[in-house]
Amino acid sequence: MIYLQLFFEFFKIGLFAIGGGLATIPFIQNLSDKYHWFTTEDIINMIAISESTPGPIGINMATFAGYKVAGILGGIIATLGEIAPSIIIIVLIAHYYMKFSEEAIVRASLEGIRPAVIGLIGAAAFEVVKIALFNIESFLQSKAILDFFDFKSIVLFAVLLFLIQKYKKHPILYIVASAVIGIILKY
Amino acid sequence: MKQLFELFISFARIGAFTFGGGYAMLPMIEKEIVEKKKWATSDEILDYYAIGQCTPGLIAVNTATFIGYKRKGILGAIIATLGVVFPSLIIITVISMFFEHFQDYTIVQHALGGVRVAVAALIVHTITKMWKQSIKDWLGILLFIFSFIAVAFSDISPVIIIILGGIIGTNKNMRKKADAK
Repeated sequence: MIYLQLFFEFFKIGLFAIGGGLATIPFIQNLSDKYHWFTTEDIINMIAISESTPGPIGINMATFAGYKVAGILGGIIATLGEIAPSIIIIVLIAHYYMKFSEEAIVRASLEGIRPAVIGLIGAAAFEVVKIALFNIESFLQSKAILDFFDFKSIVLFAVLLFLIQKYKKHPILYIVASAVIGIILKY
Repeated sequence: MKQLFELFISFARIGAFTFGGGYAMLPMIEKEIVEKKKWATSDEILDYYAIGQCTPGLIAVNTATFIGYKRKGILGAIIATLGVVFPSLIIITVISMFFEHFQDYTIVQHALGGVRVAVAALIVHTITKMWKQSIKDWLGILLFIFSFIAVAFSDISPVIIIILGGIIGTNKNMRKKADAK
């Protein structure tokens, strides 16, 4: 029964892939070795589409992979399989978090954890900024310092940062506006 | 019922405009969940991220489950999580049915070029905000710098960094309390 198999395989991915969505790639590769569900090209295409569409990358990959194997229902089943372990594990943890988060020792440890988490998010942001504002590859090719900066993006970044801080509108507005600007000015 | 529906809609909106990994969701969660709905504080979101980082599963999903559970128990957890994945299901299904080479269209590439810049600006803004709220002393700044460098420039696992942060925090704050006594 292909649906049961899909659910079970993606349940395993949800259970063992710790970290971001890209951590699920080796597992999906493993599936293609085991069942020949997808070719390498399929997987490359899957990653590219998951990164260029809205939604968490891991979920996009699961939906796409499930669809490839067993159509629309396959996409739904794979996605549900992948999120099921999270729901079970996090509900258990959340239960205890609500109970103990006011305890002195938990509060003390959280005070050290929060700055560390901001550092983690900072490192993720650093990667995004690097890709969005700088042309590292063309700089390495031409060695011309001017090639390093993506001026068009840096200007948009500065303007956006100013507007975000000043007007505090919903992030959706900035994302949609930037997509339109990207199309018009060929970013 | 209405609250469950609200949970679903809020998380569907977040899922529909997240471009990238779980961290890209943060500005949206700050706006939608912390500021607008007041379902959680910024500090709580950081805690959920820390837990999401150390437990199996996707961070985006784990965070949604957490907030859903806090609002409406187990059913809330399920509804919020379904909400965050709902747009992906629709969008990816449609794309894989009709546009196998979606990412090759130049219009898509230009739009994404713009979106990437917006995501960068939003996340930088969110970090400065969280910094102001949750980093209160020199030790906090040191922890931030250490964690940033460790993840950006080495292969140290985020799990280890979070555990270390927890140990240092416990040590410092419990000692401070003992001194006060």
